[in-house]
Amino acid sequence: MFGYYLDMALRSLKRNRVLTGLMVLALALGIGASMTTLTVFASLSADPLPEKSSQLFYVQVDPYPKNEPFSRSGKLPWLMSYIDAMNLLHAGRAERQAAMALSKVKLTPENAQQRPFFSDGVMTTADFFGMFDVPFQYGSGWSAGDDEARAKVVVIAGLLNDRLFGGANSVGRILRIGDQAFRIIGVLRPWAPQPHFYSLYLGGRDYGAGDAVFLPLQSARAIGQMPINLFSYAAGDKQKLETAPSTWLGFWVQLPNTEAASAYRSFLGDYVRQQVALGRFQRSDAGLSSLMQWLRDQKVVPDNVRVQMGMAFSFLLICIVNTVGLLLAKCLRRSAEISVRRALGASRAAIFMQFMVEASLVGMAGGLLGLVFAELGLWCIRRQPAEYASLAQLDVRMFVSTFAVALVASLIAGILPAWRACAMAPAPQLKSA
Amino acid sequence: MSMHPMLSSLRHHKLTVFLLILQVALTCAVVCNVVFLVVDRIQQIALPSGLDEPMLSIIESQSIDKKQNQLARHDADLAALRAIPGVKMAVAADSLPFGDQESSYGTCATLEQLEQAAKLRSMQTNGCVQPAAYAGTPGELNTLGIHLVAGRDFRDDEYVDDDKVPAAILSAELAQKLFPAGNALGNTIYTGERKPIRVVGIVQTLVRPRLYAFGTNQLTMLFPSKSADSYIFYVLRSAPADRQRVLKAAAAKLMQLDPDRILPPEQMQTFEDLRRAYFQRDRTMVGLLVASCAGLLFVTALGISGLANFWVQQRRRQIGVRRAIGATRSEILRHFLLENFVIVSAGILVGVVLAVVLNLLLMKQYEVPRLPWFYLPAGALVLWSLGQLAVLAPAMRASAVPPVVATRSA
Repeated sequence: MFGYYLDMALRSLKRNRVLTGLMVLALALGIGASMTTLTVFASLSADPLPEKSSQLFYVQVDPYPKNEPFSRSGKLPWLMSYIDAMNLLHAGRAERQAAMALSKVKLTPENAQQRPFFSDGVMTTADFFGMFDVPFQYGSGWSAGDDEARAKVVVIAGLLNDRLFGGANSVGRILRIGDQAFRIIGVLRPWAPQPHFYSLYLGGRDYGAGDAVFLPLQSARAIGQMPINLFSYAAGDKQKLETAPSTWLGFWVQLPNTEAASAYRSFLGDYVRQQVALGRFQRSDAGLSSLMQWLRDQKVVPDNVRVQMGMAFSFLLICIVNTVGLLLAKCLRRSAEISVRRALGASRAAIFMQFMVEASLVGMAGGLLGLVFAELGLWCIRRQPAEYASLAQLDVRMFVSTFAVALVASLIAGILPAWRACAMAPAPQLKSA
Repeated sequence: MSMHPMLSSLRHHKLTVFLLILQVALTCAVVCNVVFLVVDRIQQIALPSGLDEPMLSIIESQSIDKKQNQLARHDADLAALRAIPGVKMAVAADSLPFGDQESSYGTCATLEQLEQAAKLRSMQTNGCVQPAAYAGTPGELNTLGIHLVAGRDFRDDEYVDDDKVPAAILSAELAQKLFPAGNALGNTIYTGERKPIRVVGIVQTLVRPRLYAFGTNQLTMLFPSKSADSYIFYVLRSAPADRQRVLKAAAAKLMQLDPDRILPPEQMQTFEDLRRAYFQRDRTMVGLLVASCAGLLFVTALGISGLANFWVQQRRRQIGVRRAIGATRSEILRHFLLENFVIVSAGILVGVVLAVVLNLLLMKQYEVPRLPWFYLPAGALVLWSLGQLAVLAPAMRASAVPPVVATRSA
């Protein structure tokens, strides 16, 4: 029976080639536009560490005085002071924990032909690599002991290794940072979680290429590396970041399950209350947000991407309304044909099916053409110099959902005409014909 | 011509008419808002900086020798840059319009206001604002071509090498904001240093390094302060045709003078390149919005003419009858044009309400400004003409139906 509907649908579509073409084109434009923006949105709001994100939490405490709050709407400060970060780090109550800040790092290649240059650096503590599952090509990260001893060791990204050492195993070699010699102990495989969840508010980019140099926090501070972002009260605080109430560190913990998370939450509450008792804090609020929650709360996806997506979907909606209208007009014109079929014994369900098959054919053709438009749109976006441009790739999931969207759209568009067609009383139509 | 036959024929197609109205309404709402967004962006992209843009080239130097006396370095660099043939003037500046990096200072018209603002930790109090300050070497005003409307340029003895400046030049908008009575010139302002700064000049236009919100983009001032920072912009003024050559010569000269520095190639450009790079995202957005707007109007026109075509075919007999009993061709044509006008008008009526609702939603979510009222009649006009154009071909076909059709059986 389905084959027969298909045949009927094809015949009917062929009878009005121009109109069918226009219906498909309109639907394809709507689908192409919405799939392009949806792909960009999905890749921007994707989980940066799908295997691990449920175990990672961002910690916030509030060292600001009550009468001079960080924000008027009661938001917690984005970053943490050195004192609090070290207290929480040394308490070691999570499975893993690390504090981090970004810093511009001046590198001087050994090779005299290469000129010194600045690179994106991360100052952090030992657990960073294990906690974020950072993959190593050669060597490994440093230990908590190295942190305490302010060891002059460094981990570099694969890209930097290619640039400086031609991609060879550079573990054990020396890298000049500022005017100090650091020993390379690890080389990473390409690693750039999108978005760069760990450096929101630390002053880096949210998307794009990853950071190049990873230094132990205390060692980097010992050679005078400054964090890019720094919130401080007084001008002189910049000179004593370790003791001043300035906030400049991001603090992440790994908590393997909900019990651990609730245990850490109560530990954090105790810590904050203790600080209030000591007079360091005046507010006893603390924040423990899971990775995805943190990204959502901080609205990491750019607003104009959201506006574009809204635009594209209203466009699709209008295209669907348009298709409904055209299909309806077509179906009303065929009342004589429908009446003949009904008189010859076709059930209402059969007529309904026939029209739905016709609508879905339009939808599938629209989806196919829409895919071409979506690829075209994504190609345009990739050519833009935005940080996230390279993320605009159509993957299998999006490929499949394009057809799902097309089919659903056309079926929605088909329901009304099909219902009108099958609800028609055959007798008067036959008479007038 | 009476409306009656048309309205009664529309009553027979309630559902299709409803769909058409819905489509026109949605299109009207979306197009009004999108065009507004586009115009808003275009205005930003074309925002005048207040500088003599076609004459300027920029080169950024990052010194990596921390022990060096940066002030002496900048002086020596500038002397060498001025000696390059084609360079008419050169200055060193810490920041530039559209340069993205800015130093801003909480600034108040009186010391009391400053103390009050400091206590509240907010510059949102009366008489205080947060303008961007440009520090540069003597001659900055002339080199950049900034137009002075009152007062004078800085004297050489006013220059300092930190931010404890004795004098400042304000943009007209900042002057107006701090001194609404219009008495800014000769008055004093206060920043965090709590020392009086005399206003010696007022410039017409000078835009911030980084645009934030509407109404704050012109809040700027110039300081007579030589930057001792190791990161510095050298601004060269030359004839537009000389810019590329001058840039190349300048880079070579700077490296020759002191190789212990970095000249990032992406920060070595004409001012026009700097502006283009700054607005890249906005231009992309404008392109996307315009494309989707065109697509929308296209699809709507398609829907209107598709449906009209069907109606004409469906009513061939009725048209023939009307022709046979005396209707002229132009009456038939007008019937279809009027029908379309009524449908589109109904759509616009709903669409205007939707447009305002959509704008309110966008305002709440994305800090979009309020939609000016004239976008609504403009959008209506566009949709009316679009509808009439789309329906023209089917209506012509309808008017060409000969009366003899009436005598034939369907």
